[in-house]
Amino acid sequence: MTATKVYVPRETSAVSVGADEVAVAIAREAKQSGTSIELIRNGSWGATWLEPLVEVEVDGARIAYGNVSEEDVPAMFAAGLLEGGEHKRRLGPIMEVGYLIRQDRWTCWRCGLIDPLSLQDFRLHQGFNALEKAFAEGPDAVLDSVTESGLRGRGGAGFPTGIKWRTVAETDADQKYIACNADEGDSGTFSDRMLMEGDPLGLIESMAIAGYAVGASKGYIYLRSEYPLTYAILTRALETARDSGWLGDNIQGSGFDFDIELHLGAGSYVCGEETAMLESLEGKKGIVRYKPPLPAHEGLFGKPTVVNNVITLASVPNIVNLGGERYAGMGVNRSKGTLAFQLAGNIKRGGLVEKSFGVTLRELIDDWGGGTASGRPVKAVQVGGPLGAYIPAAQLDTPLDYEAFVDIGAMIGHGGIVVFDDTADMAQQARFAMEFCAIESCGKCTPCRIGSTRGVEVIDRMIAGEKREENYDLLVELCDTMEDASLCAMGGMTPYPVRSVLKHFAEDFASSGGDR
Amino acid sequence: MTAHSIDKATTSDIVGQFGARPELLVQVLQTIVSRYGWVSETTIRQLATELNLSRADVHGVVNYYHDFRTEPPGRHIVKICQAEACQAMGSRALTDHARESLGASLHETSDDVTLEPVYCLGNCACAPAVMVNGKTYGRVDQDRFDALIGSMKEAASDGN
Repeated sequence: MTATKVYVPRETSAVSVGADEVAVAIAREAKQSGTSIELIRNGSWGATWLEPLVEVEVDGARIAYGNVSEEDVPAMFAAGLLEGGEHKRRLGPIMEVGYLIRQDRWTCWRCGLIDPLSLQDFRLHQGFNALEKAFAEGPDAVLDSVTESGLRGRGGAGFPTGIKWRTVAETDADQKYIACNADEGDSGTFSDRMLMEGDPLGLIESMAIAGYAVGASKGYIYLRSEYPLTYAILTRALETARDSGWLGDNIQGSGFDFDIELHLGAGSYVCGEETAMLESLEGKKGIVRYKPPLPAHEGLFGKPTVVNNVITLASVPNIVNLGGERYAGMGVNRSKGTLAFQLAGNIKRGGLVEKSFGVTLRELIDDWGGGTASGRPVKAVQVGGPLGAYIPAAQLDTPLDYEAFVDIGAMIGHGGIVVFDDTADMAQQARFAMEFCAIESCGKCTPCRIGSTRGVEVIDRMIAGEKREENYDLLVELCDTMEDASLCAMGGMTPYPVRSVLKHFAEDFASSGGDR
Repeated sequence: MTAHSIDKATTSDIVGQFGARPELLVQVLQTIVSRYGWVSETTIRQLATELNLSRADVHGVVNYYHDFRTEPPGRHIVKICQAEACQAMGSRALTDHARESLGASLHETSDDVTLEPVYCLGNCACAPAVMVNGKTYGRVDQDRFDALIGSMKEAASDGN
């Protein structure tokens, strides 16, 4: 009899709520009952609210059990877990879980599905097919597909990826680089992490394709230090790729050389800004550079560099496999394709939802998220991390579209959606925006370095009821200065959340609980 | 994790692992701090010499990044996420509870436990999130926090 396959995610969120303990308990029960199982530590499907989510393969279907605890395991075995037996935790076949089947999984489709560290499983699921296709068709064909796809940078800025890649490809240099930005610092975002933990070989393939397309032989992944499990998984995936000839010299006999170095950040938010990241990759303080020159012309160590976010890169293999036109056929207006949205904060069913652009905030929050975790009404939603505006409940019908968000003074950023219920004190959230900027500012430009601290002080005075109107005007003026005169998005966009609170939740300054 | 000062030979070993490449300074420091918890002035001088950088360069980098402590932390490091997704799920109250129960404010050490803020652990769908000695925990309410601290201390005394 062959061993029954049992899947228990080895992914930060699942592990943070007990997946390791569940895996140990399952192995122990199987041993005690004398049954043979193959325990696979997959990535997460992204239905984080159901973690730890266990699956058992029965007659080719994977039967899911949600919110499994270590204590549940003996009873689940008694109920016939390995045959997909009935139990209060049983959800049914994973492919019928509504949260997952209604998505458009273009980029994160292997997450949860495969064993992230098995080259064989990766190859069985189209792994490295796109790189082989790229080798067969040549760099120009890749550049054409990426341009045609309309893919824009998923890190936040939304710059067209095809233009960036072509710029690097057309710049002459003895050395070029691919720098993958995995410094996912925005609160409410975790799609990079889930992709790297659930499909690390997919990222490696994506970077190799980028390198091949632009003529770069070396790649870097800049991973934030807050992700230790991701680091361990990526390290092993890189070894696997090297050992099997998918990284290194003359990859699979193609004549193309490419290798990747994994670097850790050190707890600086601003290192997610591309030029600060390049400084940090050079071993320096993560201080923002003036632009121009653009990194595509003079990037890492002064060489032409593609700087792309994890999700941007990971969207490419399917663009190569299925064609740019297919990707461009999804989404709305100039927001083509899909984005891996992340539902977080005060939400009943938090997790990753990859959907075509055009879906509304309300659909994501209600249909997928099930409303707030507290059951109270939604008061505000912060989209796009700490530099994103707080959107009031009245604007939840805004479609997720880069330009539609700009129109309401907001941004999509990296697609993090953080929900707050009606107990939230928005004056404190405005204060935090300034405080966070003061903590994380790299200090190079004055509006950001000094303005953020002054911002906290002004907001404190408003909360204390001191000359509220005068301080209101002063805060607006300070926001203008920071927005107009800061060097990068840190100081330049910190005013977004602050202004949104002034605009939609001004009454909270009067009712705020005060400084803490 | 221990708060012992790192010795000269170990520093040299770590520099060697990174091929004494000055552009890997952040990686060298990250390795030192993850193993020893902090970077001493002596280590800064040694790194400057061995990586052929100025002391000011190394000092600047050490001071710039939140991860690089210049004082030894406690034996245990507890980080509580202070960012928005966790705020929406009560991280401010959890932090107050931690301050009270541990007897330490943020950035302080009490009874060998160092309490630190962290701005996002990427566990935002399981907020509030906490990191205890390098391991991330989710859905941490006050009771779960107390239980985590309890088992952290228990594990430490078992280890002795």
